[in-house]
Amino acid sequence: MDYQYPEFEVVRNADRCIGCRACERQCANEVHYYDADLGKMMCDESKCVNCQRCVTLCPTRALKIVKSDNTFRENANWTMENIKEIYKQAETGGVLLSSMGNPKPLPVYWDKILINASQVTNPPIDPLREPMETRTFLGQKPTEVKRDENGKIVNNLSSQLKLEVPIMFSAMSFGSISKNAHESLARAAAELGTYYNTGEGGLHKDFYKYGPNTIVQVASGRFGVHKEYLEAGAAIEIKMGQGAKPGIGGHLPGTKTVGEVSRTRMIPEGSDAISPAPHHDIYSIEDLRQLVFSLKEATEYKKPVIVKIAAVHNVAAIASGIARSGADIIAIDGFRGGTGAAPTRIRDNVGIPIELALASVDERLRQEGIRGNVSIVVGGSIRNSADVVKAIALGADAVYIGSAACIAMGCHQCRACHAAKCNWGIATQRPDLVKRLNPDVGYKRLVNLVEAWNHEIKEMMGGMGINSIESLKGNRLMLRGVGLNEKELEILGIKHAGE
Amino acid sequence: MKRIFVNEEWCLGCHLCEYNCAFANTVSAGKSKANEMAKALKGKKIFPKIQVEENDGIYFAVSCRHCTDPLCVKGCIAGALSVKDGVIEIDQDKCVGCYTCVLSCPYGAIMPAEDGHVAQKCELCTRNSCGSPACVAGCPNNAIVFEER
Ligand code: SF4
Ligand code: SF4
Ligand code: SF4
Ligand code: SF4
Ligand code: SF4
Repeated sequence: MDYQYPEFEVVRNADRCIGCRACERQCANEVHYYDADLGKMMCDESKCVNCQRCVTLCPTRALKIVKSDNTFRENANWTMENIKEIYKQAETGGVLLSSMGNPKPLPVYWDKILINASQVTNPPIDPLREPMETRTFLGQKPTEVKRDENGKIVNNLSSQLKLEVPIMFSAMSFGSISKNAHESLARAAAELGTYYNTGEGGLHKDFYKYGPNTIVQVASGRFGVHKEYLEAGAAIEIKMGQGAKPGIGGHLPGTKTVGEVSRTRMIPEGSDAISPAPHHDIYSIEDLRQLVFSLKEATEYKKPVIVKIAAVHNVAAIASGIARSGADIIAIDGFRGGTGAAPTRIRDNVGIPIELALASVDERLRQEGIRGNVSIVVGGSIRNSADVVKAIALGADAVYIGSAACIAMGCHQCRACHAAKCNWGIATQRPDLVKRLNPDVGYKRLVNLVEAWNHEIKEMMGGMGINSIESLKGNRLMLRGVGLNEKELEILGIKHAGE
Repeated sequence: MKRIFVNEEWCLGCHLCEYNCAFANTVSAGKSKANEMAKALKGKKIFPKIQVEENDGIYFAVSCRHCTDPLCVKGCIAGALSVKDGVIEIDQDKCVGCYTCVLSCPYGAIMPAEDGHVAQKCELCTRNSCGSPACVAGCPNNAIVFEER
C-alpha cells in the first residue's frame, strides 16, 4: 500500500479550457490526458512535480497548480514532511534524494544585511551620467613592485581572469544539464565578457570555440580531462567540494551517460559516472599544491587555477591552506547551493551559510597577510543583485550563479532534476525535452538577467558614492546588520544598523 | 519582404500556433486573451491556417510560404487569389470552392475553410486585428520566426 498522498493538485478552469492539449503534450510526467468518453481533459495529479510548464504554456490560463491541503495529523515536531519521508523510506529502504539547494528555513544572512547610501557629505553618483566600473580581475595580485636594473617596472603579474561583470555562471556539468543549457550559458558568458564553468563532465567538442569564456573543471572523477581540454579553457577549477553536498562525491546514473555525454566524459555508454568523495591523490595541502602545479605545468602557467570548496566548519583554515597552495582563486560554495541530485539529509544538514564562510575566510586571509595571494569567488544561492553587492562588500571578488541562471532559462525550482525529465529542457538528456530550450532564447534571457543585475549593482554603488567595484570589495563599512546577535555581527565583521 | 520561416529543430509540436491562428482570425482577437480565446474556441473544432505536421518525433508548422511565383494564384480559375505587396491574399467572395489552389500548392498551405465552400490561407495576419503573425508571437520556442531572409 502506498501511503503517499499527492503533494499538488492540478486545478483546471473548465470555463476556460479549450481542449488544445498543449498541457498534455508538454508534461513529461504524463499528468494530463484527454478522456474521450467524458469529452474533457483530466489529470493524474500524483505525478505532478509542480514545474509549471503546463501552466506557462496553457493559452487560456486555464491551469494552476496548488499545494494540496490534505492534512496529516501533524504537529511542530512531526511535520507532514517528516512523516512522509519516513513512509517513503519504509517503503523503499533507500537514501532520500533531492535536487536544488537546501530549502530549510535556516537564516539567510543576505536578508539581514542592509546597504549604505550617501547623504550630503559624500554625494551619491548617478550611474547614468558618470562612468561606473564593474570590470574586475581574478587572480594572484603581486605584493611588490619589481624593477629591472634600469629602474623600469617588471611585469610580475600572473595570469588573470578579466570579468566585465562580477558574476560568473557556476559549474554545471554536461550530463547534469543539457547541451542546449550549456550552449546558452557559453554564449551568454561570451556576450557578457564573463565565464561559465563546464562542471565535471568535460567539454563538448562543439563548445571549444567558447574556450576564452570557459572555466574547465577537474573533479575527483577526472571525467573528460585531457590536455586539449585543459588548454581550451581560460582557467582551470579543481573541485574539492560542492555546497549542496559537502563531503560526498557525485553519481551520474548510467541512464544519463548516453551518446554525447559518454563521449564527452570519456567513459563507456551506460556506465555510472561515479565521482569519489575525495580526490584519491589529495590528502593534504601539499598534495593539492602538486595538482595545482601539475595543471599549471600542463598549461604553461598561462591559466589561473581555481580551487572550489564547500563552506564547512573549518573553511577559514582550509582557505588559508589553499591560498598557500599556489592556487590563484578560491571558490567557496555555501550550503544553499543547488545540485542535480544529492542525498536529502546531506543537502539539508551539512555545510554552513556562505555569508559567514565568506566573512571568516576574507578576515583570516587578511590577518595572515595572504589575501592578495588569491581572489575569492562565492556561490551558493546568490539570488539577486543586492546579494552580489553584499557579497562583494563582505570581501568577495566575484560571485558564481547557478540556480539563478537556471531560473533565467526557465527552471521553476520544482526540484525534480534527479528524475531527469525536466520539462524545461535543462536537467535532462531526453532529446524531445532538450529541444525545449532553444539556446537563442536561453542565452538571451541569461544576458538580460546579468545586464539587469549589473545596472542595479551600478545604481547601488552610485548610491554609496562608489564608482568602481574595486572600491566596494571588502568595504564592510557599507553594510549594517539587522536582527543579528553580537556573535553573528562579529563573524560578519559588520556593525548593527543604527551604530 | 518578411515571411514566416520554420526552425524545425526547435518545434515542440505543442500545436499552440494552430490555436493562436484560429483565435487571431476571430472577431474577438485583441481583447483579454485568456477569456476571449476560451469564448471563441471552446467546444469548437478549429480551422487554423497553419498546421503542425508530425511524424516520428519530428514536428514543424506549415503555413503559406508566400511564394514569389505562386502556383495557387496561377491556377485560380476565379481570380480570387492575388499578390499584394508580396502577400498572397484570398478574396473569399470571389472564391468558387473549386480547390484548384489546394491541389496546386506544393506545400499543402491552402485549405478548405470551415464552411467547406471556399478556400482559406495565411495572409500573415495582415487582414485581421493582430497586424503581425499571431502564431509567431505565441510560439514558445522560436520554432517559427517572422523575418526578412
Ligand atoms: S509536472 Fe509540470 S507540466 Fe506536468 S502537470 Fe505538473 S506542473 Fe504541469
Ligand atoms: S493547455 Fe490549457 S486550454 Fe489547453 S488543454 Fe490544457 S488546460 Fe486546456
Ligand atoms: S507553437 Fe511553435 S513550437 Fe509549438 S507547434 Fe507551433 S511552431 Fe511548433
Ligand atoms: S498557398 Fe502555396 S502556392 Fe500559394 S503562395 Fe502559399 S505556399 Fe505558395
Ligand atoms: S500569420 Fe496569422 S493567419 Fe497566418 S498562420 Fe500565422 S496566425 Fe495564422
